[in-house]
Amino acid sequence: MEHTIFILLLPLFSFLLIGVIDMDITKTGKVWSHKAAGLIGTSSLAVVTLLSYLTAYEYFTAERLTDGTFATIVPYNFTWLPLGTLHFDLGILLDPISVMMLVVISTVSLMVHLYSFGYMNGEKGFQRYYAFLSLFTMSMLGLVLATNIFQMYLFWELVGVSSYLLIGFYYTSPAAIAASKKAFIVTRFADMFFLVGILIFGYFAESFSFSFSGTIQLAEGAAAFQTVNISKEVAAAGFLIPTALVLMFIGGAGKSAMFPLHIWLPDAMEGPTPVSALIHAATMVVAGVFQIARMFPMWMEYAPDSLSIVVWVGALTAFYAAAVACVQTDIKRVLAFSTISQIAFMMVALGACLPGHGDHLIDNHSSLGYMASMFHLFTHAMFKACLFLGAGCIIHAVHSNEMSDMGGLRKYMPITHATFLISCLAIAGIPGLSGFFSKDEIITACFAYSPLLGWWMTVVAAMTAFYMFRLYYGIFWGKDNSEAYAHHTPHEASWTMTVPLIVLSLITIVGGWIPFGHLVSATGQAYDIHLNTQVAVTSSVIAIVAIGLATWIFAGKQQPIAQKMYAAAPRLHRWAYKRFYLDEVYQFVTHRIIFRRISSPIARFDRRVIDGFFDFLAWGTHRTAALIRNFQSGNVQHYAFAFLLGALLLLLLMIF
Amino acid sequence: MNFLSIFVLIPLLMLLGLWAARNLNQVRGVMVTGSTALLALSVYLVFAFLDARSLDPQSEMLFVKSIEWFPPLHITYTVGVDGISVAMLLLSAVIVFTGTFASWQLRPLTKEYFLWFTLLSMGVFGFFITIDMFAMFMFYEIALIPMYLLIGVWGSGRKEYSAMKLTLMLMGGSAFLMCGIFGIFYGAGGQTMNIIDIANQTGGAHAIDGNWQMLWFPMTFVGFGILGALFPFHTWSPDGHASAPTAVSMLHAGVLMKLGGYGCFRIAMYLLPEAANELSWIFLILTGISVVYGAFSACVQTDLKYINAYSSVSHCGLVLFAICMATETASVGAILQMLSHGLMTALFFALIGFIYGRTHTRDIRELAGLMKIMPFLAVCYVIAGLANLGLPGLSGFVAEMTIFVGSFENPGTFYTAMTVIACTSIVITAVYILRLVGKILYGTPTNPHHLQLTDATWDERFSVICLILAVAGLGLAPFWVSDMIQTGVHPVIEQLQAAGSLFDSHSNPFL
Repeated sequence: MEHTIFILLLPLFSFLLIGVIDMDITKTGKVWSHKAAGLIGTSSLAVVTLLSYLTAYEYFTAERLTDGTFATIVPYNFTWLPLGTLHFDLGILLDPISVMMLVVISTVSLMVHLYSFGYMNGEKGFQRYYAFLSLFTMSMLGLVLATNIFQMYLFWELVGVSSYLLIGFYYTSPAAIAASKKAFIVTRFADMFFLVGILIFGYFAESFSFSFSGTIQLAEGAAAFQTVNISKEVAAAGFLIPTALVLMFIGGAGKSAMFPLHIWLPDAMEGPTPVSALIHAATMVVAGVFQIARMFPMWMEYAPDSLSIVVWVGALTAFYAAAVACVQTDIKRVLAFSTISQIAFMMVALGACLPGHGDHLIDNHSSLGYMASMFHLFTHAMFKACLFLGAGCIIHAVHSNEMSDMGGLRKYMPITHATFLISCLAIAGIPGLSGFFSKDEIITACFAYSPLLGWWMTVVAAMTAFYMFRLYYGIFWGKDNSEAYAHHTPHEASWTMTVPLIVLSLITIVGGWIPFGHLVSATGQAYDIHLNTQVAVTSSVIAIVAIGLATWIFAGKQQPIAQKMYAAAPRLHRWAYKRFYLDEVYQFVTHRIIFRRISSPIARFDRRVIDGFFDFLAWGTHRTAALIRNFQSGNVQHYAFAFLLGALLLLLLMIF
Repeated sequence: MNFLSIFVLIPLLMLLGLWAARNLNQVRGVMVTGSTALLALSVYLVFAFLDARSLDPQSEMLFVKSIEWFPPLHITYTVGVDGISVAMLLLSAVIVFTGTFASWQLRPLTKEYFLWFTLLSMGVFGFFITIDMFAMFMFYEIALIPMYLLIGVWGSGRKEYSAMKLTLMLMGGSAFLMCGIFGIFYGAGGQTMNIIDIANQTGGAHAIDGNWQMLWFPMTFVGFGILGALFPFHTWSPDGHASAPTAVSMLHAGVLMKLGGYGCFRIAMYLLPEAANELSWIFLILTGISVVYGAFSACVQTDLKYINAYSSVSHCGLVLFAICMATETASVGAILQMLSHGLMTALFFALIGFIYGRTHTRDIRELAGLMKIMPFLAVCYVIAGLANLGLPGLSGFVAEMTIFVGSFENPGTFYTAMTVIACTSIVITAVYILRLVGKILYGTPTNPHHLQLTDATWDERFSVICLILAVAGLGLAPFWVSDMIQTGVHPVIEQLQAAGSLFDSHSNPFL
């Protein structure tokens, strides 16, 4: 498994190479064409993808350990920074979830690299774009391969910065600047909690590493792991480790756009669309889910009750985002809210795990949600990337994000239409497609946790089907926007853009049939996925009903029912359209409170009071000097007078 | 002659050379030769030190050499280095080297400017190589005085006012400092000014009476702290930096402010350990305020240099904060933060100077879209900004993380709460850095005159690239610096632990 190091190094080198070339230090003009930058980026990513597949193949075909799990392999680990008794290591850790993530990230990233050839063609800053893509891919891979929580945090921050740079790619657009700033600051705010969580965890567990996850095959020469060592006193205190884990979850909630920290994600759609597909749909936003999955044994052992926080935050987010998605008109925003809602599904599934019975803290049955969540992460990444890339093709064709500028596009863009439809069916949970399988497992896990949660998530699943088909009909059916189309006829995108769509939709079709439980499960032992017939039938029926409803309302050329519905509840519609005014609340807090009520008074206090005090001292010295100066007048008469006065005084003193 | 003294000798020779120089090219020649020699020497010193350290892991200071200077007062010229001073010398050499290139195009009175600049660097190098309190104090003063002229003559804006304010406030600090130093000298028996000898005499630094320590500790800590921008004595920093010419800002924020942190650690904490344990909570609160207060202030400033000056208040506050935490890891973090802050703030001031040199304004409301006009400088500015807000791979991250982990080693609610407060600065820093980047670099240029401006010249590029490489070098491979610093920090922490712990403090109401 030594080759895994190249999975990290190749994108790093291509970032540096493209970045340095783009800086054009020698000022000799454009030495490298756009194509070269794209080729460097894409070919290095292709190699990374091959290596990832190779790793996955080797890893999952290797013999299982005696307890039926896959070995956790650490081919590299070295001490990067000693921190007293602790140390900050960098390394590579392979276990089922990190290998699964390798496959997801490299696949989607490769598709996006290829797609961007067509999408970003002729764009100024093409090289910069590819440099940032490579940086992002490297950071994201580093995040999932981390051997310890601190390494995860390090790459977590890098991922945040590359996301910032990519959202702000169109740096002359005020909306993009604001969006990139917002994304970074909101996630940074959440990261602060993550950091404090890590500090608490490191202090009480006496280690940052993930070495609680079973036996580890450490490569020769690698720095030793400090095992997590939670003393009895700490465990008995009962709240320290749960606090640390919940703080880390807040960090994860920021990255994964959980309510109320989700506000950055819809705005992040200002970035180029392939970036939205890669970062804000398939990979980076699931980092929070991955983090919980990574710390899962800890949660199970020390904080099973606190997982309910994860469940209810997720459930609320899922519903909220689905409700907002139902009324948005910008197609990327619909997809963004859909992403938030789907990630919330994964969160809910992780939270809905219960400790096992008897000796086994974790068993595959009560922790079904773990497997379901990872499965959904995998399938969602594929179909959501496909949807976003499809949206990119559409935006490319009609030069607008608004649904009102589209309609009837199925005739013009057959490939995009077909792949988009497949992905919509998958996300709606139509049997046979990948989304069905994973969502079914999640809802089964939810019912096992509590019937209320089960029904709640079923409703959200129905809403998902509804808003996705509202989107689908709005784009591909209905009335042609003949005015705009006459001016500029939409056409199918070039092959670099359609090939990724086809690949991703093929994975969406077959992905559900992968025996996922055999590869990833809570305990690591093989687990056969059983479809819960009751849940499967209910959710498929509900999905089909929701799609039917959407067809009835939105498929026609005129949409009288939709108009009537909006008219019936105008306030609700407006509130949902404005995302329940959460952005305004944030705006108020940052501008009115932080800038006006905290920063400005502090700055004034500094100038007026503190600096004023020192100026006052100087002024006082000056005034005193001015007063005393009169004694040194330079007039002999004055001096003679003073001399006489002094002599008289002395004389008086001597006499009495 | 001991080779450490060459650090002082080179600037002296440079002064002679500058005095003899007849034209601009000769002045530049002397400066480049001298600063390159200093850089080479400091790099050599690192290797020599690592070699010598592996042979002799016991002694605290290496390459020690002592010459009697004024026997009646036991003043000696004693040189010696440990891991901390080696790191600081390297930092100073890098800043002096890049500062030379950053002031390549400075007019008028170039020769005179470089004379004072060199004198200032001599003070800085002298300060870091000596281990005699009096000699340290003398070099400290040598480093401070040229500042007045450099700002007053070559500065911009309200330069006379700023120069006067900076000098007076720092001189005020020196007065405290001198009292503190003599207090320590007599308290420890009045036999030696040598720091190491005082610390290692019978009974260690505890030989100084506990009650007197309570008096001398605040004096020395505040005296050095003023230079380290300790709240509420930091107000010289925004005005001083805003008025100073580019390379002087670089040297001042990059190195001179580090004299403060270094002095606090080396003298106040090391020689007055009982008082340090007893009173550090007060300074912990003050520095905690610095960290957050500086960051919030930076959020609403409109002058580029003021933003960076307040940001320095925040970052240097973190240095003193970590020193007050008095754990080994936090102290290593403090030194790392000094290096990191020195490099990135020098980078910032260099870039601000170059931008100001072109646009003739530093008001962020008048600047926009610089990314289009001067892409090289803009990209470097973004890198500097990212280093400032703690991007992994650049130096800020390493230093901050070490400090936070180290601070967390102190159990107890008070210390945990202070650490969490300090952690909030990572968010506020992001706010002001991104606000700045969004305002001045992104967007479209608003001022038509700016469209004709050119990107960086070769000397500017060279200086900036050197600094970026140093920032990235520290950020990518922190382990070797951290190991080196560790050996220097250890004796100080031992001394503190021998005198008790922070938790013995009777005066701390939060315990």
